Amino acid sequence: MSAMSIGARPIEILLVEDTIDEAELTIETLREGRVRNRVHWVEDGEEALAFLRRQGRHAAAPRPDLILLDLHLPRMGGQEVLAEIKEHPQWKRIPVVIMTSSADEKDILTAYDHHANCYVTKPMNLEKFMAAVRSIEDFWLTIVHLPAA
Amino acid sequence: MPQPSNGLREVLLVEDDDADADLMVEALQEGELALQAVLVKDGEQAIDYLRRQGAYVGAFPPSLILLDLHMPRMNGHEVLAVIKRDEALRRIPVVILTASDNEKALGDAYDLHANCCVRKPADQEQFALVVQKIERFWLRFNQGP
Repeated sequence: MSAMSIGARPIEILLVEDTIDEAELTIETLREGRVRNRVHWVEDGEEALAFLRRQGRHAAAPRPDLILLDLHLPRMGGQEVLAEIKEHPQWKRIPVVIMTSSADEKDILTAYDHHANCYVTKPMNLEKFMAAVRSIEDFWLTIVHLPAA
Repeated sequence: MPQPSNGLREVLLVEDDDADADLMVEALQEGELALQAVLVKDGEQAIDYLRRQGAYVGAFPPSLILLDLHMPRMNGHEVLAVIKRDEALRRIPVVILTASDNEKALGDAYDLHANCCVRKPADQEQFALVVQKIERFWLRFNQGP
């Protein structure tokens, strides 16, 4: 299911990010991209799993086509969320892009061991941050063939 | 991860089709990063290369693997499964690059922990552009292991 074949519907993206400014900048940058997408923003790991399970206020949540996951999150950390997703028979094929300020080698290796699909560090500089988000949009929404459910 | 003495990062292409392989090597050489493209033509050679066995004792671990699905001797799914089960290899990003539009084959590749799947465009210019976008994302923006 490539962006082109999705056709009538937007690409559903689950953004798991606890920093409001970074979430807003990510959503805004994705909105300016070429491929129609809808970002569903949750602020911590437990809420991300509630979204995937369609629990509580997420009862009508779509299955995300792509997940953008921060690592340092309140309540349940990103590595734990990643491990849950990649061990779940129905969720494991959903691509998970790690988007984090950490360039710590241990974080990178642990994420790959948990089968993160890729690992992008968030630059502090505003322009570079937007360029990193655009690189994700340019690759994952236009080039990659996203898996069907 | 040890690097070749010339300091260039290596991309391993696993592709049995000569025309596609030539196009990919050329596209990588013309891309924005200096890198070394290494070509193997079937799945067994790919595993030998990655495990530095047989003819590939002096090989270096690649920074990225571009893997075709339909190959002789050992197909792409089998190669992918071996890589992602091997503790020494499983962190290396594997991009499936295939002409197949079979949703099941692509879904199975994601279930085997392919890092992503990309369809090969039939048009040669588009194909070269896609290869360069793969190079740009994985070697410039992505943090490898």
